[in-house]
Amino acid sequence: MSEATTKQEREAALEGMGCSKKRKEDARFIQGTGRYTDDIKLPGMLYADMVRSPYAHARIKSINKDEALALPGVIAVLTAEDLKPLSLHWMPTLAGDVQAVLADEKVHFQYQEVAVVIAEDRYIAADAVDLVQVEYEELPPLVDAHKAMDPDAPILREDLVGKMEGAHSVRKHDNHIFNWQAGDKDATDRVFDHADVVVSQDMYYHRVHPCPLETCGSVASFDKVNGHLTVYLTSQAPHVVRTVVSMLSGIPESKVRIVSPDIGGGFGNKVGIYPGYVCAIVASIVLGVPVKWVEDRMENLSTTAFARDYHMTGEIAADSNGIIKALRVNVLADHGAFDACADPSKFPAGLMHICTGSYDVPVAHVNVDGVYTNKAPGGVAYRCSFRVTEAVYVIERTMDVLAQKLNIDKAEIRRRNFVKAEQFPYDTCLGWQLDSGDYHTALDKVLDAVDYPALRKEQEEKRAKGELMGIGLVTFTEIVGAGPSRNCDILGVGMFDSAEIRVHPTGSVMARMGTITQGQGHQTTYAQIIASELGITSDEISIEEGDTDTAPYGLGTYGSRSTPVGGAATAVAARKIQAKARKIAAHLLEVSEDDLDWEVDRFKVKGVPGQEKTMKEIAWAAYNNVPEGMEPGLEAVDYYDPPNFTYPYGVYLCVVDIDKHTGETHVRRFYALDDCGTRINPMIIDGQIHGGLNEGFAVAMGQELPFDKQGNLLGNTLMDYFVPTFVETPHWETDYTVTPSPHHPIGAKGVAESPHVGSIPCFTSAVVDAFSHLGITHMDMPHNAYRVWQQIQELELTE
Amino acid sequence: MIPSEFEYHKATSIQDAIAKLAENDEAKIIAGGHSLLPMMKLRFAEPPCLIDINGIEELRGISVEGDMLVIGAMNTENEVLNSPLVQEKCSLLTEAIKLVADPQVRNRGTIGGDVAHGDPGNDHPAIMLALDAELVLEGPDGKRTTPANGFFLGTYWTGMEEGELLTQIRVPVREQGVGYGYAKLKRKTGDYAVAGSPVYVKMNGDTVSDIRIGLTNVGPCAFRAEAAENLLRGNVITDDLLKEAGALIIDACDPAEDLRGSPEYKSHMAAEMAKRAIRQAIEDARN
Amino acid sequence: MAKQHISFNLNGKQVDTLVEPRELLVHTLRENLNLTGTHIGCESSHCGVCTVDMNGQSVKSCTVLAVQADKTEVKTVEGLADADGLHEVQKAFVEEHGLQCGFCTTGMMMRAYRFLQENPNPTEEEIRWGMSGNLCRCTGYQNIIKAVQTAAKNLQNANKSVETA
Repeated sequence: MSEATTKQEREAALEGMGCSKKRKEDARFIQGTGRYTDDIKLPGMLYADMVRSPYAHARIKSINKDEALALPGVIAVLTAEDLKPLSLHWMPTLAGDVQAVLADEKVHFQYQEVAVVIAEDRYIAADAVDLVQVEYEELPPLVDAHKAMDPDAPILREDLVGKMEGAHSVRKHDNHIFNWQAGDKDATDRVFDHADVVVSQDMYYHRVHPCPLETCGSVASFDKVNGHLTVYLTSQAPHVVRTVVSMLSGIPESKVRIVSPDIGGGFGNKVGIYPGYVCAIVASIVLGVPVKWVEDRMENLSTTAFARDYHMTGEIAADSNGIIKALRVNVLADHGAFDACADPSKFPAGLMHICTGSYDVPVAHVNVDGVYTNKAPGGVAYRCSFRVTEAVYVIERTMDVLAQKLNIDKAEIRRRNFVKAEQFPYDTCLGWQLDSGDYHTALDKVLDAVDYPALRKEQEEKRAKGELMGIGLVTFTEIVGAGPSRNCDILGVGMFDSAEIRVHPTGSVMARMGTITQGQGHQTTYAQIIASELGITSDEISIEEGDTDTAPYGLGTYGSRSTPVGGAATAVAARKIQAKARKIAAHLLEVSEDDLDWEVDRFKVKGVPGQEKTMKEIAWAAYNNVPEGMEPGLEAVDYYDPPNFTYPYGVYLCVVDIDKHTGETHVRRFYALDDCGTRINPMIIDGQIHGGLNEGFAVAMGQELPFDKQGNLLGNTLMDYFVPTFVETPHWETDYTVTPSPHHPIGAKGVAESPHVGSIPCFTSAVVDAFSHLGITHMDMPHNAYRVWQQIQELELTE
Repeated sequence: MIPSEFEYHKATSIQDAIAKLAENDEAKIIAGGHSLLPMMKLRFAEPPCLIDINGIEELRGISVEGDMLVIGAMNTENEVLNSPLVQEKCSLLTEAIKLVADPQVRNRGTIGGDVAHGDPGNDHPAIMLALDAELVLEGPDGKRTTPANGFFLGTYWTGMEEGELLTQIRVPVREQGVGYGYAKLKRKTGDYAVAGSPVYVKMNGDTVSDIRIGLTNVGPCAFRAEAAENLLRGNVITDDLLKEAGALIIDACDPAEDLRGSPEYKSHMAAEMAKRAIRQAIEDARN
Repeated sequence: MAKQHISFNLNGKQVDTLVEPRELLVHTLRENLNLTGTHIGCESSHCGVCTVDMNGQSVKSCTVLAVQADKTEVKTVEGLADADGLHEVQKAFVEEHGLQCGFCTTGMMMRAYRFLQENPNPTEEEIRWGMSGNLCRCTGYQNIIKAVQTAAKNLQNANKSVETA
């Protein structure tokens, strides 16, 4: 057996980066021994349930708890009045606003929390909710964001009247939250004034909800004797929750323990801090016993964290060849009743200014106005990185419109405008630096794979027969891995992330991170990174996250930040260990460090076969035979502040057939090529992409949170809210290229959100493409059969 | 989503169920529970007493009596779906049930519950109309058989008298020259129909000698598109005639607006589904 | 409301418990009997995460009253493995990466377990229809379909080897 083979075998045995290792976390899930928040049952635990407003906008005239309190098994009913003495009836939001924990004199959206019932079991609590009598005086609701700043619009936030200095800008109206701009307005306008071609497209990115199958919930347990508060909750950012809970409650952070146990999907829904969590905590502090609050599906869809709701206009100025000269984007953002967006503090519109996309845009301007309406607060990043979904949607849609106007193929117009491979790192006109990419290669690969010319020919034939076939194309660039602390923080805490790795004497590893998995497979992929860095088999590496008592401080998992930030911290911490191991190896082998080569799992003395120490041997020595002056042990911590975001990208192509009699869209083919840089676990990457595509499909084709004129939410059960089943879901084809990030320690960029971000405009592109020969440039989502049928009717395509 | 308190009684026989219904004010029958329990969890329904008829053997069974296929009301959707006898004698039920809800719901939901609930979104009422089924009802005053035609009166309103129980569904077995069609448009698995249409035709050569067109979820209750039936009966079906029939169906519909679409859309979809089902039925009759 | 006594076979063992008439089977399993592998997702019988096997049929335990489980046989995910180890369905979900957050997985596997008895050699199309009462937000279903196919193959091979033995 040659040494090379042996080396390869040793490398394969590590099951490190690049291999499709089966997931370590699966064992508990397939046995039903996963532990989710609602599985937690503490002795003496009580249950909280919410009294909610039936109205979108109303004044609370009275609340009568007597009947509820008289019900056997009811322990307490709390209202804003009860929380006032503790100053907990309002809480700060992540966006610099405040949000009512329990409605204080007024309700601002339907289903808003008005009172919380605490009872011995959830059945009694539900009964008691019905017995709390609340008298309301209805107020005129504000539902249409476009009317929010009308002079005669009803004023929503009486608590803010007269406070015209908002968290992010001056407020122009009592219902105005902020104005935020990026880019050079004057220079952009000048280009538009003299451009050969200008296109402009209005589009509404509708209000949706991430809808993980596990709803939000918490179990709070306060020990009155030692003053410790433990809270189990469904959080994508447990450390931040600890900080916030400490600040709100006055309990020292060292006495607050937040545990995110297993999480049944997050998708952005579990980033925020919700009134239910706070009520459970307050109730536990007051009563001195554990209190559980878990929302039901209607509460989940109605109150905790919507996403999107952006009314956008995209405009491109170009020359007659379709070369972009300037981009202008205008947004009216419906934030609901409280600005509870989960964005880095400095960016009230998230990373919307990534909207130049994959293109070489000389100058651009983005303007966003946020307004209040009588709807639930939120504005979370639903499987995306802070409004990047909206940004990708507006640029990709507007590119299609430009292509159509100039009668240039939509693949060709993209090719002409791409940032070229040799331009990376590329500074965009809105201030980002795209780290790496080769967009042309990716596009060509997809067009070849699907035989794009043949598809276009088929479409031409179908059109001649009066059939509706559409081809969608999207070439997106994401921005993930928030983020560099110079421009990213949450409540003042920089958006670094962390890893702490301990190598035990026998050479196995325990590592803890500041992120928290919700299905992404961190316990497997982090172990793979460490395995490759340290030469220890990934099976012997245990990963733990989510318990703030044990894990190092981190900002959590959302915005595809785990691999770009947490993964980088992991690699760097492992390298610190490897550096120490090198010193120990040199000591053991009695050579200088420079005489050693690292090979897979051991240090070898250069030119002396057989003279080597494996990491296992070094680990043992770390606890009994270290060089003089070196402290024993083999562990390291890294807090990684990324120098830049990472910029994964992809090329997606979708083929649809539309039934012109019913409006139904059948997705015949969906081809997704992703470049997420270095690939840690191809199996998991594919799984993440399938899931992201499916969520994109759901958003584009059916999900919506619609309201009537009174502000009533229509459709807040899974009967109406579209979560596609096996039957509706298309088959997914995946492909990839690999362009590592130059600034990331292992070159990885993050992947789980790209498919959501990229697929949504691709579905729209395909549906619109089916009608583009008839002059249609855009259709708003969701592209359900009813809406598509209306378009067909308008065009009189059926007899 | 937790129901209010109620008393619960298991009925052991049809007579026992009828007696328990009489004894308990405002008691409700629970069959599969997949319509009733969700409403109770939302507290849209708060019956003080439930009488469970799942244990009643005489409500089960599928058999042929003369020229009628007799289906006990408490057969689950899947029991009907998987019955070779139903497939042979009345395959419209088999084909339609494939599109009802999902596998788990079909394991609990019963054909009798679906018919008796009176929900315009339920699938079986229109099927019963298209098949010209008979419904057997038993109550304090004894047993009676009533045609499905005329049984569905409005939303959650049927011809069932207070204290009665639906015990059997009797549908004519398929005769020579008969064909069935079924088309249903829905947003996704597990949703009610935007519109659905079961169709029965009897063919005489190329001529439709008889036709019944049922319509689901496009009015306060299931109904038959009688004007369209009258137009088509006795004729050879052409595209033009079907188009004319479609217009009559659109006129006959009176759906409520909801997230599935506007009344206009739903009416058009009813016509589209009916046309598809008619074509299928004619094709089916040939085979 | 007075509690009623129910007795049923749960994962091969007889259990006796008292329940309110309105108590949902899923709550009895999770809260009363502490088997938390069965989850709650939508409470309206759409998502299927509460799927268990009752008298040889897949049911959604959020829409079955506990009193209706009296004298039945119920199997939950906790009863899927036996003394010989994991069930083929469990192994296949790991093998094909048919799970991510794990929340739908238990109900999904319980459905697959029963579906493969109803249809031991399904096509992809049949799997899609047969599993359509279970939602998943993470996987896009593709790897679950592969898992069901793999489990089908392995179960058939196991049956063959039993037959030839």
